[in-house]
Parts: sequence; structure tokens; C-alpha cells
Amino acid sequence: MAVLTSLLDPSSETFASNRKQQLEVIAQLDEQLELAVAGGGERYTQRHRDRGKLPVRERLTLLLDPDSPFLELSPLAAWGTEFTVGASVLTGIGVVSGVECVIIGHDPTVRGGAMNPYSLRKTLRALEIARLNRLPVINLVESGGADLPTQADLFVPAGRIFHELTELSSMAIPTVALVFGNSTAGGAYVPGMCDYAVLVDRAAKVFLGGPPLVKMATGETADDESLGGAEMHSRVSGLSDYFATDERDAIRLGREIVSRFHWRKLGPPPAENAAPPRYDPEEILGLLPPDPKVPFDPREVLARTVDGSEFDEYKPLYGTSLVTGWASVHGYPVGVLANHRGVLFSEEAKKASEFILLANQTDTPLIFLQNTTGYMVGTDYEQGGIIKDGAKMINAVTNSAVPHLTINMASSFGAGNYGMSGRAYDPRLMFAWPGAKLAVMGAAQLAGVMSIVGRASAQSQGKPFDEEADAARTRAIEAQIEAESHSFFISGKLYDDGIVDPRDTRTVLGLSLSAVHSNPVAGRRGYGTFRM
Amino acid sequence: MITKLLVANRGEIAARVMRTAQALGIDTVAVYSDPDADAPFVALADEAVRLPGASPTDTYLRADLVIAAARATGADAVHPGYGFLSENAGFARDCAAAGLTFVGPTPDAIASMGSKLEAKAMMDAAGVPVLPGAFLPEGADLPTDLDFPVLVKAAFGGGGRGMRIVRRQSDLADAVEGARREAASAFGDGTVFLERYVEDPRHVEVQIVGDSHGEVVHLFERECSIQRRYQKIVEESPSPAVDATLRAELGAAAVAAGKAIGYTGAGTVEFVLDRDGSFFFLEVNTRLQVEHPVTELVTGLDLVALQLRVAEGHPLPPEVTGARIDGHAIEVRLYAEDVPAGYLPATGTLHRFAIPALPGVRVDAGVTDGSVVSPHYDPMLAKVIAHGPTRTEAARTLARALAQAGIHGVTTNRDLLVGILRDDEFLAGGTDTGYLPRHPELLTPGAPAGEQVRAVAAALAAQAQHRAEARVLPDLPSGWRNVGGPPQTVGYRSDDRTLEVAYSFRRSGLDVAVDGEPLDVALVSASPAEVVLTLDGVRRTYRIHRAAGRTFVDGPDGSSAFDDVPRFADPNAVAHAGSLLAPMPGTVVRVLAASGDTVAAGAALVVLEAMKMEHTVAAPVDGVVTELHVSAGDQVETRQVLAVVEEPS
Repeated sequence: MAVLTSLLDPSSETFASNRKQQLEVIAQLDEQLELAVAGGGERYTQRHRDRGKLPVRERLTLLLDPDSPFLELSPLAAWGTEFTVGASVLTGIGVVSGVECVIIGHDPTVRGGAMNPYSLRKTLRALEIARLNRLPVINLVESGGADLPTQADLFVPAGRIFHELTELSSMAIPTVALVFGNSTAGGAYVPGMCDYAVLVDRAAKVFLGGPPLVKMATGETADDESLGGAEMHSRVSGLSDYFATDERDAIRLGREIVSRFHWRKLGPPPAENAAPPRYDPEEILGLLPPDPKVPFDPREVLARTVDGSEFDEYKPLYGTSLVTGWASVHGYPVGVLANHRGVLFSEEAKKASEFILLANQTDTPLIFLQNTTGYMVGTDYEQGGIIKDGAKMINAVTNSAVPHLTINMASSFGAGNYGMSGRAYDPRLMFAWPGAKLAVMGAAQLAGVMSIVGRASAQSQGKPFDEEADAARTRAIEAQIEAESHSFFISGKLYDDGIVDPRDTRTVLGLSLSAVHSNPVAGRRGYGTFRM
Repeated sequence: MITKLLVANRGEIAARVMRTAQALGIDTVAVYSDPDADAPFVALADEAVRLPGASPTDTYLRADLVIAAARATGADAVHPGYGFLSENAGFARDCAAAGLTFVGPTPDAIASMGSKLEAKAMMDAAGVPVLPGAFLPEGADLPTDLDFPVLVKAAFGGGGRGMRIVRRQSDLADAVEGARREAASAFGDGTVFLERYVEDPRHVEVQIVGDSHGEVVHLFERECSIQRRYQKIVEESPSPAVDATLRAELGAAAVAAGKAIGYTGAGTVEFVLDRDGSFFFLEVNTRLQVEHPVTELVTGLDLVALQLRVAEGHPLPPEVTGARIDGHAIEVRLYAEDVPAGYLPATGTLHRFAIPALPGVRVDAGVTDGSVVSPHYDPMLAKVIAHGPTRTEAARTLARALAQAGIHGVTTNRDLLVGILRDDEFLAGGTDTGYLPRHPELLTPGAPAGEQVRAVAAALAAQAQHRAEARVLPDLPSGWRNVGGPPQTVGYRSDDRTLEVAYSFRRSGLDVAVDGEPLDVALVSASPAEVVLTLDGVRRTYRIHRAAGRTFVDGPDGSSAFDDVPRFADPNAVAHAGSLLAPMPGTVVRVLAASGDTVAAGAALVVLEAMKMEHTVAAPVDGVVTELHVSAGDQVETRQVLAVVEEPS
């Protein structure tokens, strides 16, 4: 194994200023994450507690194995929208009774846990992660149902939740619902579709129609308990499999249920006692330039991420704008593709294609570390077949069957986003660092392109070109694209699974790799490895 | 020559005798009661014979069974230890009759000293100073001419059982009656002895050894004045109250006493020492004393080896006749008892018993890790003895050995002992029998200093264990989160206090609070067995041991035993009350309770017949039948409410 040697100088001025800049960006991230943690805010949290109920994060902490790690997904969902950051639902991957599960917990302090279009996308993404990675699902249910004003964007796609739940069951991936409160109307199908339902005494309300609706529909006068209480569902309807005396009892039962899955992960286990990196992950902050136009050597990141800083580089002298090679993270072998100098040329595309095929041959998961401005443009490159070579790479990425994990370190522009296994290419999990940008192209380039196109159009039509108006429009477009390239915006739209502190990269990858190994890890078979 | 020695005793003394015997090349035989089957002394013996039963009268006091055990194993000698049969002249005679060497004085010497009145008369005649007193056989009238205060005690036996101080005539009858009862149950003879009582004296005793050639020498004094309920808990040699002149007088009196009864083997002449230096004969203990190790440490002699030599007929060797005092030795008796609760004996499983092997420290223990402390016998776990050049050095070493000991699972008097050894008056030698009554502060536990930090250490050790046992992601940072949230919490109970430790590992370090109060604690390292913390600039190492739902933490600032508070309540304790419904349609054939009845969980209330089967509907909880809706012959439908049982709130 070759050990990476860092050339980074932690005592340099550049290091210090890079680090300062990154800490500011991280502070901005933390501020937004705190909003997600705060949920409905102090007043609603206190009201919730006064009802003898635990906030969703306390339910989660009790559910998880003590001292085990938890990877929260999409915490910035709905960022920049009218809805509360986090979208009134908490999702993530955590360990319950020794089993890695996907946990989906409503936050009842945010408008009663009502579901908006972002909550829906976040929930569906969590269920997708469960399905792709074979992770049991535990729902912590307490939701007032749909956010009715947004029903037009919600009602039809929301049916997918129940489809996913029962499909998981059919794939022998168990699903559990712990019902702490409202679970009404459509929400009633969550415990309805789960393999196991636990209802909390005098708190769970599981019915299709509550007392007012029943009164309207049939004239019958009925109360909550007889329509959908835990006692009724445990003794009479049989919807509840376990009667919980209180919230803690429900969580205890949930842990007990999972312990009886006798769960076995189907992927190979990691090597034990993996060595930590030889360089401090804290130093990653000092190697990230504040300007995304300035490239940095991804080997410096790898030296602070992979086991023992050991990295065996593939084709180190060919297509050097992309670094490829083999390493392991927390004992899991991985292949790594990392952009070095932003641009992907034909050589890089062909190197990446071969490397992806090799990883599939040896059933090795792939990690994509994005910092790309896209495939090279220009006459020479078009004539050299850059489209065909880029297509090879996108083909290889698309048809690769090993798990992909993608991290946008700094930039993800153009088709480079596709070739480097962006969201549309189904990486099992995808994260971004807080300073990263993502768009079809850079904001300045995009605005400039628009300006050139406008000028050409005016010229061809023989109209006068208003330079002043063009400058204003260009500025406006640049500002809009800049804002929409921001990592918070991208994450708010669920185009990744969350923004992570760069210093946590090794931990995030380790947890993600462990989760994907719940399923068998098997590469694509059928052709030999094409020498491109 | 003795080739195989049966030790007719248990616990630490049995083990101590066997160690010396085995070192001398003598095979050993243990006898053991049922609760002692797994005791260390049984394992130490080469052979062991069961004495069926648990109570002393069924086991260790059964002379016939002990002699039968000696016969069965071919033992040629019996060492009685202390207590039990050690001062039973009849047993000594039976041994002789069975051809067994009894390691102790002659039956006649035992008998003469067994009767306190006879002993006193004999000593008086030999010129040994004695206290005025009277012997009171069973049925005798109470004397009316006493000078109070008077001590009432068992005439036969020792150890303080049945002793009472009486200050006026009106209390005498009750005291005598009580003393008789206890004497009869402990020693099989209800005769009591009345004696002048010296207020707050010192209890000083002299070790003597005699051989079968008429030689008797003394091995200096021991002071054993610090007692609780007339049981010694701190013993030392030499006595801080005895100078060379007094030592010579005491020694001469003790030798005179020994010679008067033709004493052979090791024995102890007990005196009370008044403040003015006058002393009076109390009694002769015709056996090895519990506190003999302090004499051994200051003289360098092995008294058990000496007993065996004398029993074999050898004369006293020159190192005995020319013995000298070297330094100072102090012994404490570590008892399983709850001192603040009035020395209530404590029982339980001793999950760990580890006393640091400091230089000069000797531990004579009857227990080991995992030993069960039963209610059947004396609750002494061990004697811990320290030898040093001076008294204060011995006390300092002994206090540290005790304070640093890991004693887990059973409440002990350790804190009291450490408190005494570090107390100014003790260190100044003010150790008369009034010492403990003068120091009530030693008996009540102070504020549990450092308990919060020990709870933190317990939580962090548990955390390390969780990570070590993790089936997945074992190498990831403990409790890692990418988004904030509540800390990890763990609860502990200590006596009637509950402590909640909340902690989270942040990038900046450990955040920790106990009961909501943040502590400025930095974590140096944590493993399941050891946690190193820095608190307010001071770094300390805590040793952690978890057993049977409890966490024991030993640190330089003290020890704590915590009950772990489980994260979730035991489901068996949270069964829900409520309506009892008919499980299926049927006919009520019997109603076994009435409205208002108090019923126990599981009690049958209603019996239904359906599909030719009888179904019993039982109370789900202990409670009261508040409603009963059916009677025999009723037809019931599925889910019809038959009765309601409510838990008393």
C-alpha cells in the first residue's frame, strides 16, 4: 500500500485564511441546522412537553443504541421556502438493537407534524434509501396529516409512501410504526402498511375520520378513543400489535421488535481495527481555497479521510485532472474518483470509465469526490470526440451496479455532475460540503452566455442593443444563479442527502459504507473491462 | 509429628492456619457448612468434609462431626482457630480420646479459664490483680450489694456476646435475663458473671506462649480498646498507653497467670487498664486471638507455626524467648455492615475484593471476588494489618490501603475505619473504650464528596463499553451526530439520591452535566474499566467495575456504588389494568369474586364455558374489583365487559 504524503503546511498564511473562511461557512451551516433542531420553536416544544410528550429528537435518542452514531439526512429540506427548515420531519440512518435502520420521525412541534411537499420528498427519499440499501424502517408517527393548502402538490405523490412501505415489506425489509399521537386519515395507513404497529395508550389516534368528519359523514357521534385509541386498536381492531403504556414503553417495544429481526447484513464485513488517517481531518479546512475557481489536490483530502492515508493510485500519469485509486474507509474497500483540476478531458473520461468497470469487476463500492466544472469545450475537444468519451463515462456510471457515494466538495457543474455520479445517477447517498456549488454552469458564465445570446439575437434582428439594460440583467441573472447554486438551496431542494462538515467526511463515509453493506455488494457482469 | 491437620473453623482464620501448615509441609483438611461450600478456605484445603446445614450449632459447633471428619481423612491433629470449639474443654478431651492432637492448651487449662469466676479466683491467688465480681449461675438470686456500674456478661465464651452495663439495681434483672439468653444461645451455657465496671478503660491484652516443658513467656501487649458493640474493630501492638515499665508489669502478670494454669500453646491474658495505669485481670483466652497478626508483625514470629511446634512437644525456640518489638502494627477488622444504620450486618455478593498490596500491609481475608456474604456467620470479611516503623506510619499506610481498596457489592465499615485511622485523637493515641462514643461524626457518612464526578466516570465507562460491544460501526466516534440534538443521558441511584449524567462529545471536547449542572470536566481517556478525567485542573483516574446492574467506581477522592437506572421500565411492572373482556362468546359457569374484592394478579375472577372448553378470566394486576357485570348462567358475547379491576392509586 502506498501512503500519501501531504504537502500541506498548516503553519502557512494560506492555511490560516482558508481555515478562517471555512469556519465562517460552517458557522452559517450550523445556524441553519439549529433551525431544524429547534423545529416549531420553544413555545410549541414546551406545549408538547406539557402534554407529557417527548420531542422527536428525544424519542430518537431513546430509540437508538446508547452512544451509537446517527447520520441525519436532508436536515436542510425546505431551506429557502415558506416552510420550516427540516420540513417537519426527521430522517436518518441509525443503529437500533444493533441493526442499522432508516428512521423517519415526524416533528409534531412544527404545525402538528403536518406534511408539506418537502416533507414528502424527504420521507420518500428516506424510504428509497431504505429500499436501495435494505435497511429496516422505523416510523415515529405523530402528524396531523397533510398541510391542506399544499394538497395539490402533495396528495397524488403522497400515495407513494404507502406503496414504498408495503414494497419494503415484500422485499423482506421490515417496517415498524411507533405511534405517539395523531396518525389520521392518510396517515392512518402508516401503521396500517407497516409490518409492526405499536400504539401509545391515550395518545395514539389512528382513524380514517375523526369525530367531526364522522359526524358530518354519517351523523354518528363518536370519540377519539373509540375511533382510534391504542386500547381499541389493541383489543378490538387488531391494528395495534403492541399496546404501549407510554412513550418510553413504545420505544422499548420498538427496540425489542428490531432485536427479533435477527438481522444479518448481506454485504461483506469491514476489516477490523482500521487505522485512522495519518493526517488530522481538522486540516481539511485549511486546504480548501475560498474561491471555487482555485483547484486543490484531492489527495490532500484523501490523506485525511482514508484508512492509514493509504491510497493506491490507478493511472497516476494519465488523465491527471482526475485522480482515481483504491483505498479503504473504516475497513471497507473503496474505489475513489476525485476531480483534481476541475475539467474533464477525453483522457479523464476514459480513465474514469475503465476504473468504474474495474470496481464493478471486484465488487468494490465507489466514492466520487466532485470538484468539476464539466467536460472540456472547444474545437479541438469536440473534434477529438469529447461527447463520445463523456458518454462512455456517463454510461459506465449509469450501469455501474456497485454502491456509489458522492460528495460535492466544491463545485459540480455541467455534465461533470452526471459523469461524477450526481443525484440523477442514483448514488446510494450524496452529500455536499457547505461551500460547494452546483448548477448547469457557473453563475458568471451563465449570465455571460445569456448576454452574448441576447446581443446576437438583437444583431440578427437588427434591433439596437441596450448596453445598460444588459448589464443590469446580467447582474440580476448572475445573482439569481449564484443563489441557486448555493449548497443550502440545493440541499433544500433534496438534490443531495445533506450538507456535512468537511471534517466529518471520514465518519459520514464510514457510516454510509456500513449502511450500503446491509445489501449485497455486487458489480455489473456481462462484458469484460473495455480498454478505452 | 503432625502430618495432617484438620482446621475446625471457617473463613479467614481457617485459611490463615492452613497457609502456615502447608508451608510447614503439613497436609490440611477443611470442614465446611453448606453456605461455605464455595469459600476460599475450602478451596485452599487439600481435603474437605461437608458439615450438613448452615447454623453453627448444626455445623462448626458439632464436635462429633468434626472428629468424624478427622477420622475419615486420617488427620492427626485439630486446630480449632478462634470461636466455635476453640475454648471447649470437652472438645479438647474428645480429640485426645480420639487420638488427635488438639492444637491448644490442655483441657484442664481451658476448663479452668472457661469459668470466669474460677479463673479470677485462681489469678487472685497467683497475685494477678483482679476486679471484684460475682458469678451468677442459672436460677441464682440477684445480688443486692453491688457497687454500680456493673458489667453483666456470659461466664463461658467471649467476644462480647451478651455483655451489658448496668448502672442501677432496677435494671439488673432485665440485663441478667438478656445476657443469659444470649449466652445460652451462643455458648450453650446461660451462666453469667457480674463485675465492677471501669469507666472508659483501655483494653490491653498480653500474648503469652507456653510449652510442655513448663516455660511460659509473653510476646508483649496489644491494645484493642476501639470497639463497637463490644466487638474490637481496631487493634494494635504495642499500646500507645504502655511504657516499658508498665509493659514489664503487664508481662510479668500475664506470665504469672499462664504459669498458674500450666499454660501450653498460644493464649491471651486480657486486662482492663485504668487511666492511672492500674490494671485488672479480665480473662484468659485459651486460643489464638483474632488480632494475633499485630503481634506477629512486630515480633516477626508466626504464632500458628509456634502453636504447631508446641503441640508437637518442642520447647519454645530462642527467637520466642528472646523476642523484641520491632516498629508498630495496627489491624482493622473489615466488617460487612451498615455503620450508620447501627452496624446492621450486611449481606450480598462481593463482586470484587481487592486491597492494594502496599509494602507492610497484610490481608487475612476469608473472602475473594464473587464470595457471597451470608447472614449465617460473623460478618467479618477480612483483617487488614499494616506494619510500619512508627505508629503514625502504620496508620497512614493502613488508611491508604483501605481507602484505595475495591470492595464492591457489600456495604462495609471501611469509611469508619479510614476515618479512625486518619483522626487526630486516634493518631495522638487517645484510644480508650470511650473513643467511638466521643466521635459520632465518624459514624455518619459525610457529604458524598466527588460523587458527581464518579457518576460521570461511571457513565463514560459505560459509554466505552457500549462502543466496544457495538456490532456495527464500532470505530465511529461515540454518539456522533451531524446535526445537534439532546445529549446522551444515563441515571444512577446512590442510596436515596438519583443522579442524571448528560454528556455529548463535541468537536470542542466533552460536554457534561450532572442533574443539569455543567461540570468543567475534560476526558483524558475512557475504557470500560478505567476513566481518566480532569476536573478543575486536577487529573484523576477512576476504576470502574460493573456487576449485577450496579456500577462501582473507585477514585482517589473516594468510592461510590451506583445502582444503574435502566433506560426503560421493566415491562412486567407496567402491566395495564382495566376491563376484562370475554375472549369469545360463551356461558358464565362460575363467578369467583365479588364487586369490591381485593384480588391479586392472576386470581381467577370469572370462568366461561365455550365450545366445550372452560376459559378462566383472571385479574391482570393486584387491585380491587370495581365492577362485576355477570353472574353464573349469563350468556356473553365476544368483548363483552365481564369485570373491571382497578389498581389502587
